[in-house]
Amino acid sequence: MKIELRNIHKFFGPVHANNNITLSIPSGSIQGLLGENGAGKSTLMKILSGYLRPDRGEILLDGKPLVLNSPADAIRAGIGMLHQDPLDFPPMKVLDNFMMGYPRGLGLPKREAREALLSLAEQFGFSLDPDAYVDTLTIGERQQLEILRLLWLGAKILIFDEPTTGISAQQKEKLFAALRRLASEGKTIIFVTHKLEEVEVLCDRVAVLRAGKLVGEAYPPYNLDDLVRMMFGKVISKGKRIEIPLGKPVLQVKDLAVEDYRLRIEGVNLEVREGEVIGLAGMEGSGQRHLLRACAGLIRPVGGEIWVDGENMTGKTYHSFLRKGVAYLPADRMKEGLVPGLTLSEHFALAQEQTGFVIDRAAVLKRTEEHIKRFNIRGRPDSTVESLSGGNQQRALLALLRPNLRLILMEHPTRGLDMESAIWVWNTLKERCRQRTAIFFMSSDLEEILHYSDRILVFFGGRVSEPLDARTTTVEQLGQLIGGRGFESQPEAAREVAK
Amino acid sequence: MSSHEIIIGLAGVLFTAAPIVFATIGETFTERAGVINLSVNGTILLSAMSSFAVAVSTHSIFWGFVAGIVVGMGVALTVAFSSIALKQSQVAVGFVLTLMTRDLAYFLGNPYMGLQGPRVHNWPIPVLSKIPVLGTLLFNFDPLTYFSFILIIAAWWWIFHTRPGLILRAIGERPAAAYVRGAPVNKLRYLYTALGGALVGLAGPTYSLSVKAGWKGTISGLDGIGWIALALTIFGGWDPVRGAFGAYLFALLQWLGLVLQPYMPNIPSQVLQVAPFPLMILTLLFVNIGNTEWVKRTLAGLPPDARRWATRILRWMQVVPPSALGTTFEEE
Ligand SMILES: Nc1ncnc2c1ncn2[C@@H]1O[C@H](COP(=O)(O)OP(=O)(O)OP(=O)(O)O)[C@@H](O)[C@H]1O
Ligand SMILES: [Mg+2]
Repeated sequence: MKIELRNIHKFFGPVHANNNITLSIPSGSIQGLLGENGAGKSTLMKILSGYLRPDRGEILLDGKPLVLNSPADAIRAGIGMLHQDPLDFPPMKVLDNFMMGYPRGLGLPKREAREALLSLAEQFGFSLDPDAYVDTLTIGERQQLEILRLLWLGAKILIFDEPTTGISAQQKEKLFAALRRLASEGKTIIFVTHKLEEVEVLCDRVAVLRAGKLVGEAYPPYNLDDLVRMMFGKVISKGKRIEIPLGKPVLQVKDLAVEDYRLRIEGVNLEVREGEVIGLAGMEGSGQRHLLRACAGLIRPVGGEIWVDGENMTGKTYHSFLRKGVAYLPADRMKEGLVPGLTLSEHFALAQEQTGFVIDRAAVLKRTEEHIKRFNIRGRPDSTVESLSGGNQQRALLALLRPNLRLILMEHPTRGLDMESAIWVWNTLKERCRQRTAIFFMSSDLEEILHYSDRILVFFGGRVSEPLDARTTTVEQLGQLIGGRGFESQPEAAREVAK
Repeated sequence: MSSHEIIIGLAGVLFTAAPIVFATIGETFTERAGVINLSVNGTILLSAMSSFAVAVSTHSIFWGFVAGIVVGMGVALTVAFSSIALKQSQVAVGFVLTLMTRDLAYFLGNPYMGLQGPRVHNWPIPVLSKIPVLGTLLFNFDPLTYFSFILIIAAWWWIFHTRPGLILRAIGERPAAAYVRGAPVNKLRYLYTALGGALVGLAGPTYSLSVKAGWKGTISGLDGIGWIALALTIFGGWDPVRGAFGAYLFALLQWLGLVLQPYMPNIPSQVLQVAPFPLMILTLLFVNIGNTEWVKRTLAGLPPDARRWATRILRWMQVVPPSALGTTFEEE
């Protein structure tokens, strides 16, 4: 079906999130939608899927005006959307999630649904267990489930809002194959991203948003520099590797073993020095997180020792690590990093060294304003953190870090961030390295790991490689290691326990 | 005690548990939709009093029940409206309402204190009630008790085996996700809060026109039942069958308190009367044991097969509240 968006406007208070957007998308094509963080991509897609109502403007489907008052209207019109954070039901089973939203009848069409799920999954080469609980699935699998569900409901227009964030390389390949296939069957696909490579390999056409406005459209073969200029209004690039001289050891990990009921990692030996950046690579759930959490004092190691600045910290609490200058930034910013409902200035008030009993409002406000300026956060001191875009939440988290830290532990420091924000984040981090802080981070972006780390540890099913020198390692080598090549056999054991 | 007395006693447990079953299942529906109606205790008192008053004045049991149900729905819709439309805290509103309706019941009920009123009669089920033992135990009740049996099954079937029930679970779990799947979240929340309120309201006349017929003001012995129903909703893991099981357990404990009293003259009767309450709390603790760190650690040490079974049992026992319980959801 052909979609036409005409003069769409959307305001959130003073923010003009969509400003007069006119775009038409022919059926059977994959339309890319590019834009920096906060450009208004999600807003526009939520309007098209009935989740938000435009303040002005209209939507036409095959030339006929379409009024969407709720997502239910959009589903009836054949429009389905995969939201940026999967909107599903983690404590329920896959099959229940699949049936949820089925429009007719009193009984649950269990048998029909199971058959449909399995046969659709087979067509696309996905493997989903109908009886598994969704909270045991990876983000990629949850996404596959959503795709199949929408197809079962008969969606003809499918919107994907940044679907490649947090999924593995193989899952990404499967996803792209599925999208190409759907487009060839005549379905209209809209693919939201801020990654140029993805547009290049996948999209038949692309539209670029900046600050709420549609700034241009492009067709293959794409000129990537032009796209960057459209996205950010200027040319930006990653720049060369930054080499920082290393100082004395900060963190020493000796024969460390950590476990929970799913996974055990053992025999990790490592010395991290001032100014050094260590990247942890591997598929999600291979043990990187365990190591980071152990070094933050969040889980107690079952064997081995952790030393920080020459002091044995094994078994000490999170707070004693914090006092030693170890900071930990988790992946789920809204769940573990920031407090939803509190404003930026309240966060700064919380983060500050507690001196008095009463909060000195004026001082906190001044500090907050300074940080907003210095860290270029798009928001006001009284903005609640959940109203910030992903990039700005990450900036806020970094702004909240105390000065003079010894070690920063990070999960996915730039997940969901656009190129400019990602570069900015790393410049800030490298600045910290120059002041003799060590950084220990995990990421699923291999380029990021290779470009910013000094040394790399690869995790596979709980086993850890020897540190690799980032300067001499290639993306291919890294990819193979992540897939388990180079580790001794018995790769199934870890998965078995995880079930 | 003869075996016949025991059977009569157990039948009595099923009979006296009926109103608690109504209130628990009512609250289960409401909370499954994501709304906490904390007013249950006061609502039961007010609906018991009003249905008795109406039944006495109109000489009609039917209108008595209607009055009780209307009161329950009215209070519940007040909670829903102030939460959904006015964005007020459900807990605060519910708490104020529970105190207010309680005082209102005692105050407005004064003129009806101790009056003779109509009561619901037994309807022994032909043939079935003649079966030895089973007939007395299951088929010699008034219609309300039969209805409580049917309600348990029907509610369980609705919540876990129908399409609307799946959506009900969804709106209490993650309203935004239910909304993108086409569910009219707030409309359904009103609907289920009203339904839940109606069932809580039904508990009132079930007391005042049947189980504890009459209205005796503060000594009616109904105060506290609503809080038990709220606890049972949690204990039952928002599952009608488990909730009802809890209601029967509670009624059984109460009955045991009564029958054991003569055998234990050293224990003050108050202890036996109050005992069911701490026992319920212990059960709640036990149900949630699977969440604790030490249990998880112990499990990790078991061989894989045993671990899988233990995990499965714990997962079954463990209760997980609807994630969006007590929150509001704004449809654009
Ligand atoms: N519910 C909301 N309330 C207030 N402001 C909002 C809301 N949703 C979005 N915004 C603001 O609207 C602007 C556009 O946000 P949107 O989520 O559409 O950006 P995006 O292009 O999807 O960015 P990202 O790449 O980070 O996902 C941002 O400035 C954001 O802060
Ligand atoms: Mg977005």
